[in-house]
Amino acid sequence: MSPISPRKCLSRGLACLALLLAGPLQAAGPAGNVLRIGNGAEPQTLDPHKTETVDGSRIVRDLCEGLTTVSPTGQTVPGAAERWEISPDGLEYIFFLRPTARWSNGDPVVAEDFVAGLRRAADPKTGSSYAQMLEPLINGPEVVTGKKPPDALGVEAVDDHTLLLRLRGPTPYLLGMLSHTTTFPIHRPSLKKFGDQFARPGNMVCNGAYLLDQWVVQSHVRIKRNRYYWNNARTSIDTVVFYSTEDVNSELKAYRAGDLDWATGYPAVLTPWIRQNLKGELKMAPYLGISYFGYNVTRPPFRDNIKLRQALSLAIDRDVIVDKVLYTLSIPAYGWIPPGTEGVTPQTPEWAKWPQAQRLALARKLYAEAGYSEDNPAEVEIRYNTSENNKRMAVVVAAMWKQWLGVKSTLANEEWKVFLNTRKLKKKTQVFRSAWIGDYNDATTFLDIMHSTHGQNDTGWGNPRYDALLAQASAETDAGRRRAMLEEAERILLSELPYIPLTFYVSKNLVKPWVKQWQDNILDYHYSKDMRIEGH
Amino acid sequence: MLRFAMRRLLASIPTLLVLITLAFFMMRLAPGGPFDKERSLLPEIEAAINSAYHLDEPLWQQYLRYMGGLLQGDLGPSFQYAGFSVSELIAQGFPVSLAIGLSSMVLALLVGGAAGIWAAMRQNRLGDWSVMTLSMAGISLPSYVIAPLMILLFAVTLHWLPAGGWEQGRYLDMLMPVLALALPQIAYIARLMRGSMIEVLRSNFIRTARAKGLPERRVILRHALKPAMMPILSFLGPTAAGVITGSVVIEQIFGIPGLGRYFVQAAINRDYTLVLGVVIFYGLLIVLFNFLVDLLYGALDPRVRVE
Repeated sequence: MSPISPRKCLSRGLACLALLLAGPLQAAGPAGNVLRIGNGAEPQTLDPHKTETVDGSRIVRDLCEGLTTVSPTGQTVPGAAERWEISPDGLEYIFFLRPTARWSNGDPVVAEDFVAGLRRAADPKTGSSYAQMLEPLINGPEVVTGKKPPDALGVEAVDDHTLLLRLRGPTPYLLGMLSHTTTFPIHRPSLKKFGDQFARPGNMVCNGAYLLDQWVVQSHVRIKRNRYYWNNARTSIDTVVFYSTEDVNSELKAYRAGDLDWATGYPAVLTPWIRQNLKGELKMAPYLGISYFGYNVTRPPFRDNIKLRQALSLAIDRDVIVDKVLYTLSIPAYGWIPPGTEGVTPQTPEWAKWPQAQRLALARKLYAEAGYSEDNPAEVEIRYNTSENNKRMAVVVAAMWKQWLGVKSTLANEEWKVFLNTRKLKKKTQVFRSAWIGDYNDATTFLDIMHSTHGQNDTGWGNPRYDALLAQASAETDAGRRRAMLEEAERILLSELPYIPLTFYVSKNLVKPWVKQWQDNILDYHYSKDMRIEGH
Repeated sequence: MLRFAMRRLLASIPTLLVLITLAFFMMRLAPGGPFDKERSLLPEIEAAINSAYHLDEPLWQQYLRYMGGLLQGDLGPSFQYAGFSVSELIAQGFPVSLAIGLSSMVLALLVGGAAGIWAAMRQNRLGDWSVMTLSMAGISLPSYVIAPLMILLFAVTLHWLPAGGWEQGRYLDMLMPVLALALPQIAYIARLMRGSMIEVLRSNFIRTARAKGLPERRVILRHALKPAMMPILSFLGPTAAGVITGSVVIEQIFGIPGLGRYFVQAAINRDYTLVLGVVIFYGLLIVLFNFLVDLLYGALDPRVRVE
């Protein structure tokens, strides 16, 4: 082997480095009318019937459109359907599709596309986590559990532009629900041709304001204006790039550097700094979500011990949690249904209006009546999935219990999937961290998960009256009576308290001043087609 | 040489087999599955998904099925990214990690090597102390400290470079990640090179070269450099494999779609096939790099014979 001179070696090394650096050198970055979004976690799929994350759904809502859609202020408005008629008993909905609605390849959007979409979402073979949402349709429960074939679902194409939905019971939230991705139509030829891979760039045919242009996993999804969209003339932004930003610290830096126009996340701990330095860019609004601690009521000390459950809930000062732990990025929660939810007036216990001293007095009384004292303190474990915020919350709650009641708390944290498993088994948990974000704007999206048979109910709590009220409400045509039933159900929940309400969510977004027509709404839905970029 | 290569490659097969088997069963032992979520699935839907991914079969059968697929070069579908195959994801992530990893390794070798030689020639003098102090700082400061500081300075304050991302594939996107990844390596290599060079410079053959009146530059570059590279080579093998397959921290901070991020996300999400795919790929690279390093030993040092 002939020796290579060090100089040659050095020059070759430098050439190699230059090549590597020059390799990906391409055209300059985004220019023109582009909206750049820090979108949070990587979407696991863009299949409208399988997407289940907030981040993934945000993209899918720009790509596809349901029968209804959501206005910038959060109202349900016509989407692919231009109007609808509801039968007097509320059991039949006839939707009239827009004759101008087109798929991104120019094909007309027809009623059969919605039939195929709904049947696919309900079919257990599809594996949609939201399939249960379609249970209000005739044969819904049987289809989603595979007891009847998908064709049995109560959906029918009367003609190309008329769709009939038949329901098992009046479902006042149906129109709102039809803006959810699970109910979106499907372009049948692409699904047939590409199978599982239909939701990929080059394959995906959509009916929304944008079409899928590029997807680099763990980097970004780029969508471009769909010129066949029925309302394309009113779309202003040409290209939207959704960046995967799992690290909120990096997301904030990219936003500050001007690389993002809209950041959907940032480190909560920096809220005071953001308030001071990015005035007017922080958008906060009530959001359909609750953060709570569940009690495992199948095991001691919380089994058949309502007084202890109530005492622990009373001893928590939510205002301190909201101010000091969550930097005011939440609203204190005393009930179960977040304010602003349709279908009910959210219920709150009487003590929510009391001063903290009075609450503590009652907490001590109930604690004593439950059989605990300073000499015989309750021993409670708080279990949460590993995260700095969850830890802070658990530490503060444990400190409040210790200070006001003398409760001995231990903290246990677990990795996310392990925690989910533990919570579900109900063998180890006593108090566990949990949260829920509503799927649509109706009280039932919250009340249903405390039904004794609901898979989400990891407390093990059940009350026949509560279950019956939910069943009656689902069949009730009178809005007033339905409201009364749902409110009674929430009051039962508050009196038996299988959980500790902590805070209601607040949506928080950082939006640059040049992004116009960005409006807060309770669903935190913001369609790119409704926004404009000006002066940037 | 060919026999050596064949022997080494054959010997690596059982190692890889053990690696795959251990990884397969360890992943399955971890509580929670790929489809456990905050939102519980209906049992019927869960059963349909498990059946589609063969998760309803006994573990040994799943193992045999996986190994069977592997023999045909099929790493299976990703559980996390519906519609993506593991091979496809690796093919997408690896070139990105490779570009950043290789650039940073070359940079580290050039800068670290030069700094180490320079320091060795000025042993126990100001130049030496400065290089060693700087390299100690480089080793002590982890990338998760350096990288955000770089972003703050170059992106947020000066607006010279993008804060992260890979969308445009511009070389500007690579600058900070490459530098952040190279800095600790530069520090390690500088220290290794200095120590090794000092030792070599004390050898008899260097004394002979100097006695013959060769200029110092020639002594260093022609005679001392090759033997002084030996410890660096040992360091480079596994480090290169690690760096090239993606630095999780750097990729996360700069939002780079490399292999390292897949690995961590896949483990968190219990994406069994993706974890296994990356483990196999990483294992193969380690075997390959160690093999290359062994070959290079022979080329650099005639005392190490490859038989």
